[in-house]
Amino acid sequence: MKIDISKTLLKKKKQILDLWMKNQLADDGLRDDLMSNEALREQSGELVDVLLQKLTDENLHDVQSPEFDDVYEILGGISITRARQGFSPRETGIFVFSLKDALIEIIQQEYKNDPALLYESAIRIGRLIDSFGIVTFETFIKGREEVILRQTDEIAEISTPVIRVWDGIVALPIIGTLDSARTQVVMESLLQEIVDTGSSIAILDISGVPAVDSLVAQHLIKTVSATRLMGAECIISGIRPEIAQTVVHLGIDLSSVVTKSTLANALRYAFASLQLEVRKKQKDYPSIK
Amino acid sequence: MEKIPILRMGPFLLVTIQVDLYDRLALNLESDLVQAVSKTGARGVLIDISAVTIVDSFMGRIIGNIASMSKIMDAETVVVGMQPAVAITLIELGLPLTGVHTALNVEKGMELLRKKILVDGEEMDVDRDDSADDDAE
Repeated sequence: MKIDISKTLLKKKKQILDLWMKNQLADDGLRDDLMSNEALREQSGELVDVLLQKLTDENLHDVQSPEFDDVYEILGGISITRARQGFSPRETGIFVFSLKDALIEIIQQEYKNDPALLYESAIRIGRLIDSFGIVTFETFIKGREEVILRQTDEIAEISTPVIRVWDGIVALPIIGTLDSARTQVVMESLLQEIVDTGSSIAILDISGVPAVDSLVAQHLIKTVSATRLMGAECIISGIRPEIAQTVVHLGIDLSSVVTKSTLANALRYAFASLQLEVRKKQKDYPSIK
Repeated sequence: MEKIPILRMGPFLLVTIQVDLYDRLALNLESDLVQAVSKTGARGVLIDISAVTIVDSFMGRIIGNIASMSKIMDAETVVVGMQPAVAITLIELGLPLTGVHTALNVEKGMELLRKKILVDGEEMDVDRDDSADDDAE
């Protein structure tokens, strides 16, 4: 006896879509705040269209079949969009798995007189949709990872703001942990800024650095030496007590580096070496007679 | 053969390196420069490397050597206009050039040299009038 699941399903396309939509809309986790019902219906319709077109009785056995590439592509697209829109994995999962319910319900109506056939078809459809589910999750996670990667890049980019505090003085507040890659960025942007602005003093404020180990200290010393090679002076400010303790305990010699307690003190020192003076304005009180 | 000109400017010698240094050229510069320091009795040497984009450990050592040699001949060396990439390379190579003074540009380098020599408590134009315009041949 020839089974003809794909033909049967193709005939029932409209019904499948309706059922699937009904299942999705019935679910408690429906996020109509993130996606309108029309958009959801469109998405679902597209997927059902392509799936039923590609589905044959042969490839129903073989979830890896290249004929499903289009389906996987659409699924991947939906999944990535959902990851970016902020759907939870569960909501995305339900989107795919509710299709299984719809398909099984249809074949149940079709083959209710033949339990053996019904059983076999149900298993195959189950397997197929499970594989779709896996693909969905893989892409979903990939989408999320892309988001994380982009954010990491952004953080790295905004984390090295070189500020021109005065004519000839640049400052770079470092916030967060320093690692080799970041120190490289810090060093490069600081040196570039020194060249661009012709500044002779650079202040490196590390009050936002939570911990300093020997490697970080090494990086700091390197930055200071590179600044000196460029012909500018580098001041490190904002060394917190814990950091001072670790540095000394680690036996790191920072005596060759000018260190100041706060950025304000560093700035004062910088003014002094540039022979600038900041004074309070004298008020001229009218003399009382 | 290429040669790097050594210009005399008052009590100072001015060297601007316009090409990427290869080993032979650097060695020649080193010997020419010490000769010039001795001949002119210069009090300061200013080396402008703003056009140098590539540097290796040898070149770094040559600059260090020039500074040490001038130092014992009573002349201060100032290296000016080092590019960020060059500075990073030298640091990564472990050559912080400790004996060398540095400045951002020629103007600041000159100022630094003048200050250094004034600190020594001597007049700047000590030997303005002997063996002038001799640029170290």
